[in-house]
Amino acid sequence: MEDMYRMDKAMNAQQDTKISARNVNVYYGDKHAIKDVSVEIADKTVTAFIGPSGCGKSTFLRCINRMNDTIDIARVTGNILIDGEDITDPRVDPVQLRAKVGMVFQKPNPFPKSIYDNVAYGPKIHGLARNKSDLDEIVERALRRGAIWDEVKDRLLEPGTGLSGGQQQRLCIARAVATEPEVLLMDEPCSALDPIATAQVEELIDELRQSYSVVIVTHSMQQAARVSQKTAFFHLGNMVEYGVTDKIFTNPEDPRTESYISGRIG
Amino acid sequence: MSLTLPLLVIIVLSIIGSYLARRRALSVSGGDIRHLASLPKQHGLNAILSTAVPAMLAIIVWLFAARIMEYRGAAPIWVPLGIMALALLGLVLSVMKVSNTFRARTASETWIKGLLIGASTIAIMTTVGIVFSMLFESINFFRQYSWTSFFFSTDWSPNFRGNSDLGILPLLWGTLYISFIALAFAVPTGLFAAIYLSEYATPRIRSIAKPAIEILAGIPTIVYGLFALVTVGPFLRDYFAQPLGFGDSASSVMTAGLVMGIMLIPFVSSLSDDIINAVPQSMRDGSLGLGATKSETIRQVVVPAALPGIVGAILLAASRAIGETMIVVLGAGAAARISLNPFEAMTTVTVKIVSQLTGDTDFASPETLVAFALGLTLFVITLALNVLALYIVRRYREQYE
Repeated sequence: MEDMYRMDKAMNAQQDTKISARNVNVYYGDKHAIKDVSVEIADKTVTAFIGPSGCGKSTFLRCINRMNDTIDIARVTGNILIDGEDITDPRVDPVQLRAKVGMVFQKPNPFPKSIYDNVAYGPKIHGLARNKSDLDEIVERALRRGAIWDEVKDRLLEPGTGLSGGQQQRLCIARAVATEPEVLLMDEPCSALDPIATAQVEELIDELRQSYSVVIVTHSMQQAARVSQKTAFFHLGNMVEYGVTDKIFTNPEDPRTESYISGRIG
Repeated sequence: MSLTLPLLVIIVLSIIGSYLARRRALSVSGGDIRHLASLPKQHGLNAILSTAVPAMLAIIVWLFAARIMEYRGAAPIWVPLGIMALALLGLVLSVMKVSNTFRARTASETWIKGLLIGASTIAIMTTVGIVFSMLFESINFFRQYSWTSFFFSTDWSPNFRGNSDLGILPLLWGTLYISFIALAFAVPTGLFAAIYLSEYATPRIRSIAKPAIEILAGIPTIVYGLFALVTVGPFLRDYFAQPLGFGDSASSVMTAGLVMGIMLIPFVSSLSDDIINAVPQSMRDGSLGLGATKSETIRQVVVPAALPGIVGAILLAASRAIGETMIVVLGAGAAARISLNPFEAMTTVTVKIVSQLTGDTDFASPETLVAFALGLTLFVITLALNVLALYIVRRYREQYE
């Protein structure tokens, strides 16, 4: 019953497109890492990118908040629109864009600061809080959304690096949502976590879907099936197939997708 | 009888021992070395070591003993004979021991381990020796001169006819003032250079700029001193001190401090650069991913993460600054003085150690012995700084696996 409801909601949400990529190509020096990818990503939905290692799924994810700008040899062509605005335009400030498009990385990377300062970092930089009590509120809200508030509320001033791996990753998610982004990019957020921490983070991702458009890169097909409503399959820099998760996993159209799902390649 | 002959005999006996041990090993094995517990060459090595090491040790012991007993002239005849006998004994024993079951491999490893321990002991004992020699002379000094006037008097006027004022404070003041100016110049410059090199410079620029900065570390300090004397000193006097009414001395704390600061730049920048590079890229990604600019990322994430290491680098530079002599002699002059004016000539502890010990010296007067008390004080200060630096650097290492 609940599944039905969830499916229903996902279907409705699909109507409004949050991110629209058109003919995106990425080159690392001579290597053509992403080949002509076009995709429409819906708001309030979890979209999973799956595919074998080196297929370009992380590279594509990093285009959405222009993290590839920080790599000297990377070159991106094509257009990516968020809410109709072309973010690949050189006039768009990547710094402002990244406040709107948050990112969670593969390995938990809390700053060597206190838990509080880790979360307050983004809001401080972007001037989101007018005073200390404002900031306290933002930090608490972010930690609650990161489903870690109860575990850390009594030790906000202790270093974030002292938490366990799963807690660190949820702290990083809280840190990312603290700047009130509209899109949340997650680059294999559970690959460094044990199964219990993974389950907690996955549950959190499902809750975050209420407020954000979540894009998650994952190696685990089970994870994609569990958390996402739409799935895109990447292979050798091409986006082979994109559609509703259930259909991709049960009745894929492309033979390459079928081979990957059934474990014959990748 | 000199000790050259026993030395030659030891070498010859070792070679013979090695040859005999190998041959005996081959013969007891009956031609098949697989019957041996150790290879013939290991028996040979064991023979060399057991012939040479105890005999060499005996030579060293004799040299020390002769010194302590104040024995002058050539060693009595029983010494070289005894040493040669010891070598021969080692040879015979080690060759006799050769058998199918004897593990020459383990035996020679034990000898080698002993040699290595010996080498490291020499380094440590030298440090201990330096401390003790300073300590004894300092004690002599304090027998003749009151320690309260040494540590708390603000007058330094040594007088070789006696009745000197030997207060360390003007010298310490000069040392700290010059070091402070040197660090105030070197730390920001070096740190910013390190940040540029590690965060902004392209690999090409980095590969040229980093060695170029490190060249500074290879310049002898006397050359820096000349630079201070003929260029920086007159420049500061003509363009700053005289127009601003700070006096007209070319030798000044400022001159020495600035030139010393230039000397310290590579220490700060090179160490800080390595430490900043060791901050994981994921920290930078995390900060950039939150919409921080590059300079915000560096200021609020990278530098704080590298801070303990940077502090360690600064403290190492500080202990260099405190111990520096040549730049001060040529740049700051030799007048012991306590003054806040940075354009006045002052001097440091190290300069005064040199001037108290050069020329006709009598190692019994407090005027000369004070050099050891000064040296010991300096040693304690730099040691404390180094220990602090090591402690901080080590704490930093624990932060990332």
